[in-house]
Amino acid sequence: MNATVLNAPLVSDWTDHLVVLPIVLPIAVAGAMFLMDERRSRLKGALSLATVLALLGISLILVWRASEAAQIYRLGNWAAPYGIVLVADRLSALMLALGSVLGLCALVFSFARWGRAGPRFHGLFLLLLMGVNGAFLTGDLFNLFVFFEVMLAASYGLVLHGSGETRIRAGLGYIAVNLVASLFFLVGVSLIYGTMGTLNMADLARRLAAPEAGELALFEIGCAILGIAFLIKCSAWPLGFWLPTTYAAASAPAAAILAILSKVGIYVVVRLSLLLFGAGLSEGFGQTWILAAGLATMAYGAIGILAARDLTRAAGYAVMISSGTVLAALGSGNDRALSGALYYLLGSTLAAGALFLLAEILQRGRDPLEAAQAVFADEYRDPFDDADATEIGRAIPAAVALLGSGFLVCTLMLAGVPPLSGFVGKLAIFTGLTTGTTTASAWWLITALTLSSFATLMPMVRLGIKNLWVPSDDPPPVLRLSEFAALAGLLAACVALALWGGPALAYADETVRWLAQPQEYVRAVLGPTREGGGS
Amino acid sequence: MEIVLSLGIGVFAASGIWLMLRPRTFQVVLGISLLSYAVNLFIFAMGRLTVGAPPVLGAGADIVSVDDPVPQALVLTALVIGFALTALFLVVLLAARGITGSDHVDGREPHLAEPNPENPHP
Repeated sequence: MNATVLNAPLVSDWTDHLVVLPIVLPIAVAGAMFLMDERRSRLKGALSLATVLALLGISLILVWRASEAAQIYRLGNWAAPYGIVLVADRLSALMLALGSVLGLCALVFSFARWGRAGPRFHGLFLLLLMGVNGAFLTGDLFNLFVFFEVMLAASYGLVLHGSGETRIRAGLGYIAVNLVASLFFLVGVSLIYGTMGTLNMADLARRLAAPEAGELALFEIGCAILGIAFLIKCSAWPLGFWLPTTYAAASAPAAAILAILSKVGIYVVVRLSLLLFGAGLSEGFGQTWILAAGLATMAYGAIGILAARDLTRAAGYAVMISSGTVLAALGSGNDRALSGALYYLLGSTLAAGALFLLAEILQRGRDPLEAAQAVFADEYRDPFDDADATEIGRAIPAAVALLGSGFLVCTLMLAGVPPLSGFVGKLAIFTGLTTGTTTASAWWLITALTLSSFATLMPMVRLGIKNLWVPSDDPPPVLRLSEFAALAGLLAACVALALWGGPALAYADETVRWLAQPQEYVRAVLGPTREGGGS
Repeated sequence: MEIVLSLGIGVFAASGIWLMLRPRTFQVVLGISLLSYAVNLFIFAMGRLTVGAPPVLGAGADIVSVDDPVPQALVLTALVIGFALTALFLVVLLAARGITGSDHVDGREPHLAEPNPENPHP
């Protein structure tokens, strides 16, 4: 064992430490922030902004470096199965970058008013980012649990941020569901440890590849229980009923950053299924279930978004549809469909985040919907009643025009309509599924993807007309500079994803190719000497 | 010992699940706590049950009679996290009780109908 420890290459270059910074930086700044007076919100905002900008820079460098080789960081330089490792490979770096972009825009948005709506917003926000980054980077299951809990603890605070009865009631359910999910997580992790004797992901994959792996059935039960915990997080049907209510109740910047939270569940499902069940003794374990869960989630999300009566709920169901799409593509077992789904995941997460922000601006100050009001109130009204209201020459305020174009971009992205990246992603999934022999499940997936596009488009058009076109007595929405900057940032990222679709899709292709070779991951983490050996 | 431990886990889990499905928030908190005890004991059992075996390798210690220290470390972490989150849940519960005036998980008493805003005195 000593020889292995000494053989580990010493970290020499300071740039190697970049891998640990996405975890250390936010927690250090958050810790300092809890010591500061609540009244220094301007200083706190500036500090958070600097931190999130630094995180964005670091994650972009990591994306670039990971595209050459996976970056392995051994904490305390202990060799892999004994010490803690952080792994920044293509998938982790990509998710880090996505989280940083979303985090930056949500933070900038909060400068307008939400940052001051309650105490300790910025500290919680940074802790949430730390947990998310840690979950993306960690190389073993127990640290994944710890980072999940950090992320969830911060998210409980953020869901309740701004207080009020709706938030507390939604928060109560959200916390209860996630506490139970954490218990599932623990049972799964301990079963895996009890049968395999390790929690390091690479070591698990190596032991699964070796023929003497015993107690396989118990191990698979452990993985299935673990999977339930992640499927609750990514709100797969029937485990995701908490999501639309919670996200609709949360304040806008919190909801936008929570959109990345469900993607952490997706990330773990993708990583573990390809690493542990891509090859070896339990090849293809759970694939059918993931496909079924994905299809059912898409169907439920589509029905929910059709019935949605305000934009925040619609955005919540859009998050579910996007989760379901990626899960179903993963379950189809088609590598090219999965790479298309990863590309789709980037765009749909950004667009859903933007929709939460937009919804808050548009619905700010309006009366919340009354329960007694009919769903399609305009159906019961004589359309000619409005004829006397003169529409000619009515100027659209600049804010409404900007919001309207932003809404258009969101709709195109979420519904997967050309020319933006939502369409490109779905098209990539289609071409992946239809090359070669097309299975029956592939046709199911294609049908579900098409129908979910229609199901998204209809309510989005309806809600857009209601919020942007229908004349109302309310004063036009006021758009502040930081709110505009946040929205513009998210939407520009969406458009950029379409403009540079070629390189982005190529990156996703490479990512899936890397994920499809678990032995490469094992070799990168454990080193070439330990490959293939017994336990 | 196996029987005692598995019975203990079973009783904790069963009462935890039953309480968790009850309509009052305090019952839910207690249920989640009991369930987490069951889970912690389960993690502990996953390190195999031994009697009188230290979890550290000392000088001259027999390698066979050493307990696995990893599940104990896992239990410790899980305990701390579970304790903190249960405390947080209790705070939210109290806030919900204070704001809604009801300790039902839905935030309102089921036998009281919602007051109709158009006709408050039927």
